Amino acid sequence: MTAARTYGEYGGRYVPETLIPALDELETGWRDALADPTFRGELEELGRNYGGRPTPLTLAERFAPGKRLYLKREDLLHTGAHKLNNALGQAVLAQRLGKRRIVAETGAGQHGVATATVCARFGFDCVVYMGAEDMRRQAPNVERMGLLGAEVRPVEFGTKTLKEATSEAIRDWITNVESTHYLIGSCVGPAPYPEIVAGLQAVIGREAREQILAAEGRLPEVAVACVGGGSNAIGLFAGFVDDTEVRLVGVEAAGAASLGAGRTGVLHGSRSSLLADEDGQVLDADSISAGLDYPGVGPEHAFLRDSGRAEYVPASDDEAIGGFRRLAETEGIIPALEPAHALAKALELEEELILVCLSGRGDKDLAEVLSR
Amino acid sequence: MKTLVIYLMCGARTPELAEAAVEGGADIVELGFPFSDPLADGPVIRQAGERALAEGMRTTACLECLAATRGRVDVPLIPMTYASLLEAYGYERFAGDATAAGATSLIVADLPVDAEAGVRRVQLVAPTSTDERIALAAERTDGWLYLVTVAGTTGPRESVSPALQGLVERARAVADLPLYAGFGISTPEQAAAAAELADGVVVGSGAVEVAIDGPAALHDYVSLLREAVDSAAPVSS
Repeated sequence: MTAARTYGEYGGRYVPETLIPALDELETGWRDALADPTFRGELEELGRNYGGRPTPLTLAERFAPGKRLYLKREDLLHTGAHKLNNALGQAVLAQRLGKRRIVAETGAGQHGVATATVCARFGFDCVVYMGAEDMRRQAPNVERMGLLGAEVRPVEFGTKTLKEATSEAIRDWITNVESTHYLIGSCVGPAPYPEIVAGLQAVIGREAREQILAAEGRLPEVAVACVGGGSNAIGLFAGFVDDTEVRLVGVEAAGAASLGAGRTGVLHGSRSSLLADEDGQVLDADSISAGLDYPGVGPEHAFLRDSGRAEYVPASDDEAIGGFRRLAETEGIIPALEPAHALAKALELEEELILVCLSGRGDKDLAEVLSR
Repeated sequence: MKTLVIYLMCGARTPELAEAAVEGGADIVELGFPFSDPLADGPVIRQAGERALAEGMRTTACLECLAATRGRVDVPLIPMTYASLLEAYGYERFAGDATAAGATSLIVADLPVDAEAGVRRVQLVAPTSTDERIALAAERTDGWLYLVTVAGTTGPRESVSPALQGLVERARAVADLPLYAGFGISTPEQAAAAAELADGVVVGSGAVEVAIDGPAALHDYVSLLREAVDSAAPVSS
C-alpha cells in the first residue's frame, strides 16, 4: 500500500521510514473520519458558523464585459483564503488522532494564518515554518500568526521560500512524529495528504456547482483556478471533473510552471511533475506571488494533465498584476496575487460562461504590488 | 568484531578522504550523492550537500568519484542518496552503473522498503517502525539492516538515543543479519555505547564535519572511533 502511486504513475510515499507508521495512522484516521457522520457534521458546522460558508458566487460584469464571469468568493472565507477549509478539516482530524502539536509550512502566509487560526480555536501548539524571503514579502501575515499564538520559525537557507519551509516542516515532523500532526497546506506531500487536502477543498467545487446551476440554469463552460501546489484548483475542479463538457484550466505562475515546464521527479514525499534538472535536482521557482513560488505541484494535477482532462497555462508576473489591478478597479475587490493569475487568463478565454476561483484576498500583497 | 561505517559526501577530495578513513579503521564507507532537498538530513549533511552541488557533484560526477574511491580502497562502498536522483537517472540504470563503478550496495533515504523492490539496497528501520515492517525490511535488505536510532534527521546529539535498545531487540527477533546503528552518533563515547547494543555503528555528520579539516584529521577521528567501537563488549546473542 505504501508504494501505491495514487494518481496513475504519480503520488506515492517517498519519505524516510520513520514517517511510514504516521502516514498509515493518518490514512486510517482519515478513512474512519469519512465514514463517521459526526465528522462531516462537525466540519459543516465549523465551516458555516466559524468559517462563513457557503461563500458567495459573484458575477463580475464590469471586470469581463460581454461575458458571464463568476467569481467563487473564497476571499470572503474567514482568514481571507480557501486555506481555512483544509486547516479546519485537518484540525478536527488531528484532534481525532490525539495530536495536540501542529507544524505547518507557509509560502504567502495564508496557510500559516489559517493553521495558526485553527490552532488558537482548538487550543493546539502551533509552529509554522516560513522562508525568510517570504517573511519579508508577506510581513502582515507574519504579524497575524504571532497574534494568534503561533511560533513562526524563519528558514534561512536555500531559496528561503516555500520549498525550504516545507522541507523544514517535514524534518520537524520526523523528529516529533509521536506528538505532532503535520498540517500540510496543499494537495502535495506523501499519500494520503493529496487526497485529504483535495477532499477538504472539494467544498469549493461542490458549492460553486450548485450556485452556478441556480444562477444560470447550466454548468459553466470553463472553470479556472490558479495552481501553485494546486489545492484551490483541485477543490474547484472536484465539482466538475465528472462533467466532461466543462473545460478545466489551471493557471501557473510562468516562473513556477511545474506542469507546463516540469519533468517527473520526487519532491516532498511524492512523485509528480516538478521543476528539476536532468539529474533530478530541484530548481528554484520564481514568481511575484509567494503562494505560487513552488517548484512542485500536487500529483493529481500531473495526472489530470496527462489524461487531458485539465489543461495548464502560464501567466507572467505582469499579467497577474494586470488582473489584480483590473479586479480592484472594476469590481471593488482586491484579489490575492495568486488568483490574479487565474483572473488574467480568464479574460483571454473564448468561452462565455466562466467560473473563476477567487482563492484569497489581496491585503497581504499591497506592498508588493505598490512597490512595482 | 564490531563494524564501523563512515559516511562522506562526494567531492573532489573524497577518494583521498575515504582512504584516510579506511586507514583509520573504517570497515565500510558510505558515499553521499547530494540532493537539493534532503528530507532525512540535519544541517551538517544538508550543508555539505549544498557545497557539493555548488562544486558540480551531479550524478555522473558522483559515479566518477565512486570509481576513483574504489581505485584506492578495498572496503565496501555504498552510495547513499534520495529517490529523485534515481528517478531522473533510471532506477535500474543507477543501480547498474553504481555497481560497475565499484559500489557494493545502495541506500536511498526516502524510498520505503515496499517501493522499487527491484532495486536491491540496504533498508532502514526506525524506532517508529512496526514489527511487521522491520520483518519486511530484514527480508529485503542487502547484507545488513540500518537502524535509525532516533525519530529525527541525521546530525550530532547529546547522547545515544534510549530508543536504540528496544529497536535492536525488536530487530533481533526477526532478523538474522548484522544490525548497524546510525543517526546521532558522533563521539567515541556514543560509538562505544551504540556498539554495545548493535553489531556496528554508522558515523555521518561527525565525519563530514571533521573531513573539512582534511585526511589527517579524519584519519585521527576515525581511529578514535575504531578504538571505541572495539572496546564494546561482544553482543551476547
